[in-house]
Amino acid sequence: MSDSLSDLIFWIAFAAILLALRRQRIFWTVGALALLLLFNQFFTPGFFHLQILDGHLYGSRIDVLNQGAKVMLLSLGMVLVIATGGVDLSVGAVMAIAAAVSSRLLVTQHLPAGVAIVAALCISVLAGAWNGLLVAGFGIQPIVATLVLMVAGRGIAQLITEGQIINFLDPTMVYLGNGHLFGLPFTLTLVVVMLLLTHFLVRRTALGLFIESVGDNDEASRYSGINAKQVKFLVYTFSGLCAGLAGLVACSNIKSADANNIGLYLELDAILAVVVGGTSLQGGRFYLVGAVVGGLFIQTLTTTFYAKNVSSDIAPVPKALVIIAVCLLQSEVFRARLAWVLSPLEKFLKPVGSRLPRHLPTTARHDSPKS
Amino acid sequence: MIRLNPKYIPLLATAVVLVAVFGTGAALYPNFGTPRVFVNLLNDNAFVGVAAVGESFVILSGGIDLSVGSMVAFVGILIAKLLQVGCDPFLAMGIALCAGTFAGAVMGCLIHFFEMPPFLVTLAGLFCLRGLGFVIYPESIGIDHPFYGEVLPQLSILVAPKAVLPFTAMCFLASVLVATFIASFTRFGRNIYAIGSNENSARLMGLPIGQTKILTYALAGFFSAAGGVVATFYMQSGNPASFVGLELDAIASVVIGGTLLTGGVGFIPGTLMGVLILGLIQTLINFNGTLNSWWTKIVIGVLLLIFIVLQKLISRRAVTQL
Repeated sequence: MSDSLSDLIFWIAFAAILLALRRQRIFWTVGALALLLLFNQFFTPGFFHLQILDGHLYGSRIDVLNQGAKVMLLSLGMVLVIATGGVDLSVGAVMAIAAAVSSRLLVTQHLPAGVAIVAALCISVLAGAWNGLLVAGFGIQPIVATLVLMVAGRGIAQLITEGQIINFLDPTMVYLGNGHLFGLPFTLTLVVVMLLLTHFLVRRTALGLFIESVGDNDEASRYSGINAKQVKFLVYTFSGLCAGLAGLVACSNIKSADANNIGLYLELDAILAVVVGGTSLQGGRFYLVGAVVGGLFIQTLTTTFYAKNVSSDIAPVPKALVIIAVCLLQSEVFRARLAWVLSPLEKFLKPVGSRLPRHLPTTARHDSPKS
Repeated sequence: MIRLNPKYIPLLATAVVLVAVFGTGAALYPNFGTPRVFVNLLNDNAFVGVAAVGESFVILSGGIDLSVGSMVAFVGILIAKLLQVGCDPFLAMGIALCAGTFAGAVMGCLIHFFEMPPFLVTLAGLFCLRGLGFVIYPESIGIDHPFYGEVLPQLSILVAPKAVLPFTAMCFLASVLVATFIASFTRFGRNIYAIGSNENSARLMGLPIGQTKILTYALAGFFSAAGGVVATFYMQSGNPASFVGLELDAIASVVIGGTLLTGGVGFIPGTLMGVLILGLIQTLINFNGTLNSWWTKIVIGVLLLIFIVLQKLISRRAVTQL
């Protein structure tokens, strides 16, 4: 009974958000998420069930938020990298390195959790800076430059853990991925704080504009006085930091550091989240919140598969179809062809529009101050 | 001094590295330099090699193919399942090769017609093929067909005393020969180089861009599928969960083999050498015994880095010479 009430409140809130966003690019991403949730509302029993245990909320939607934290954190760094026209393939490997460093310091060196976490983040920033050096300093293509760390990174992580899976029980470290704050998973707070921080960094300073201009045209922005190399270096370093955080969350989730499997294929999920969020892989304009919602979308998709008993092995197929569909919609050529196919329909609709010329000026005047 | 064409420098560097790695091994371990080790090297890396040959074409054309590992696993489980239900082995291999070529062609079409980034399209291919493999059968299937058990072992040649060149190695060498011919001595091959160097110039020259691109990805699909067939010879089984990350090995082999990742420069025999270098590093680490296998990844990463920086320096010099 209370379930249906809370569902109703949820959907009214969601509809209000959609309505508020109807003119924004992010509308499509949120809309896709809404469709997916709507599917679950009707076809996945128990997906919308919420319960409170020990003052903490539990339920599939909370699981999505908790499990999606890794992809959302990664996508924050990735969206800035992609905005400069690059891509960072090494985030999965950097996650493994961060997990390895923190658990090694914690377990074998018996250092306090705070030191281990800071050290792991420092190493991740260093790894990101290395990518930045290769891309900005040496001018190597981003896919290639980050491929180096993608290949070698897991080896380095295994070197740190000495090929073992390190288990830990330190309360601070475990809290990072399993704790609750204000009744919600702590990871959610982490994502929100990082999102606000990044938003402030790129939208309240000129940095965001610089990133977009470098992604649009590297040469032109250099001629207009932007230090393109510095901007690129910075975004890769930031991506390293985000990957480090995601790695800490990932190893905290399972209370152990498994250098082989932590963050495996997560770079692909992060790229997908950014693309679903409306940012083009060509660089230029980027949508920070879109990327985070995209990450949420991917995680909801994954959780839906689990809830529907789709084997996690087969789940990549629909994921691939989503990638192709999203990319097709982003492709200029496809849009042009779609418009061509739909053009008879448009002609069919035109007489309706031509009947309304009297109203057009008024609607235009009404619309302009709103937008 | 003879002026060396800059396009041969990476190939030469690869050859030097190959000789150096092999020389190190031979100097450190008395049995390293024997023909038997070399034949084993060819055998163990045959499926990677065949797949890397396909990858070379794509990279030469300026693209990238991430679906290699999934394709090899998919073809493996497809053949194993077909044989299990009583299909003729040659028909099964034919079906597998056609499926691979078709998948490659589809990816090529998406890349060409809708101008989508190759990176993303083949990434979708990676997910799709991996999942489809699990749809066919979710677990490993052993192959116990008489063709695999009895005929294949006889198809080997004694090349030196105590060194038998198995059929898988022959497939690898044959695919290198065929690919070298296609790349260097056919119009299609020259078109690939032209598109890889500069797609706009190639278009202005009137070369068939679309046809060449789609064919390139179809060819890469064919070679990846052939790699999968060779893998079934080698493993005597099909497993949809296997060969995760094989595409990285393939790309690393191509780059270490002296092919520029920006496209247009490189040679197929370089890829053969690249595969051998990767295999030799693995063998060296096995011979050592005290080093762990994760060192392989680190060494490959460092070699990748060296070659990428080398390529950058060469291309920068080539630009300043213009």
